[in-house]
Amino acid sequence: MSYDKPLPVIDHDSAPYWNAAREGRLDIPLCEDCGQHHFYPRAVCPHCYSDKLKFDTVSGRGTVHSFTIARRPAGPAFGDDVPYVVALIDLAEGPRMMSRVETDDPEAVRIGSEVEVIFVKATDEVTFPYFKLAK
Amino acid sequence: MKNGREPVIVGLADAPLEGGRFAKNASVLGHCALVANEALKEAGLSMKDVDGLLTAGMWGVPGPGQLPTVTLGEYLGIMPMFVDGTNIGGSAFEAHVAHAAMALREGYCEVALIVYGSDQKSLRSRTLGGRPSVLNMQHETPYGMLTPVGGYAMAARRHMHEYGTTSENLAEIAVSARKWAQLNPAATRQDDLSIDDVMNSMMISDPLHLLDCCLVTDGAGAIVMTTAERAKDLKTTPVSVKGYGECHSHWAVSEMPDLAHLLPAAKAGKRAMEMAGVTHSDIDVTQIYDSFTVTVLLSLEALGFCKPGEGGAFVSGQRTAPGGEFALNTSGGGLSALHPGMFGMFLLIEAARQLRGECGARQVKDAETALVHGTGGTLSSGATVILQKGLQT
Repeated sequence: MSYDKPLPVIDHDSAPYWNAAREGRLDIPLCEDCGQHHFYPRAVCPHCYSDKLKFDTVSGRGTVHSFTIARRPAGPAFGDDVPYVVALIDLAEGPRMMSRVETDDPEAVRIGSEVEVIFVKATDEVTFPYFKLAK
Repeated sequence: MKNGREPVIVGLADAPLEGGRFAKNASVLGHCALVANEALKEAGLSMKDVDGLLTAGMWGVPGPGQLPTVTLGEYLGIMPMFVDGTNIGGSAFEAHVAHAAMALREGYCEVALIVYGSDQKSLRSRTLGGRPSVLNMQHETPYGMLTPVGGYAMAARRHMHEYGTTSENLAEIAVSARKWAQLNPAATRQDDLSIDDVMNSMMISDPLHLLDCCLVTDGAGAIVMTTAERAKDLKTTPVSVKGYGECHSHWAVSEMPDLAHLLPAAKAGKRAMEMAGVTHSDIDVTQIYDSFTVTVLLSLEALGFCKPGEGGAFVSGQRTAPGGEFALNTSGGGLSALHPGMFGMFLLIEAARQLRGECGARQVKDAETALVHGTGGTLSSGATVILQKGLQT
């Protein structure tokens, strides 16, 4: 089955993140100088500008900071998904990332909802970290 | 210290539209050239006087639009010695005014031409689809957020969560814009609009409805700036550029520092007002980028017209409509007049026309000082300009 939605163009900054996702881990950069995580992965820490960074496996837990329910698709490839929840997730470790909240009931999603990561395979190369409402 | 090099707007023009499309047939660069000529002509200048060229756009990318001042300069047949292709989204033109002002003050330029054109409506090129999934966008585009409305929707929802702002509050902004548009013969949408109409319009990206979103039209506009000394001999009522500021914070929505508060607008607005030496009570007419209703509400708060969280109350009861206490977006704005992709050019044109007293039925009485605030990207950039009628010398 072909995947016709947009795929990430993986680069040197992001390759470890996408590789980890493919293996079922959420790995994001951790700065060895200031001790803070960041997202999306960069070569220099956006908090303290250090380049002493390593990838760290985080918990995959977070909360919904804000979200929108797409009532129209962002292009034809998303047509079958409507309505779907695109959200900003505040990870327990600090950084914020965009993702999807997979749910049968978009109306149940709230700002502050607790979520946990799930891994959704798109292609042999790309697996996306999506989130679901925590029990 | 006054030295005659204070920056002044002396020429304005925008292209006539019919049903949101260009009324005349020309390429997008042709429309840029036509409005440029018209803006120069009303001041008594011509293209040969132009030594500064500033533009931003979305035409010709990939291709010649990647170096837009170079391509446009060639098309116009000029060799400018001050150029600025700053593109920070729809607020680019407020930043261009700032940059032209600095070049004029410095003696780096004598006559600056700021131009914008877009034929997105005629080309049907505007989509809600994502941005190419490279670099920072590889972490957003694959998730299918409608672009850019989804980011504005998330900001709106966050503001609702923090302050109890309602969809009705946002609808007030769309209805006010429509009432102004009904007084502007050039506005694209002039049919009656109620708060219920907005709230009952199709939900696009929760909580924003179709009628919370700006129009999709063609459009072209031009602004000519020169020095106060030169402006004395020109034909138009001069409009002085008294203050300016610009700032941006993010491109990816996840990187927006605070969804419910526009930090770039707060920084740009504060700098512009301090430079101009004005306070909020000095502002007679305000033009604020209205890509979406929520953009206006967030900007009003960030610019200090009301406190954070009070934007809903500020716009309630049609306070910003014709006859209301606060004259806002008097052309009908991007919501009802025109929105050719990057609207900041047209905020400036409307503000300057108000100060010249050329606005007919929608004229704000005795307008002497205007605030213009552009927003670009997904609430990414903010740029503010303070304009005053006359030479102010």
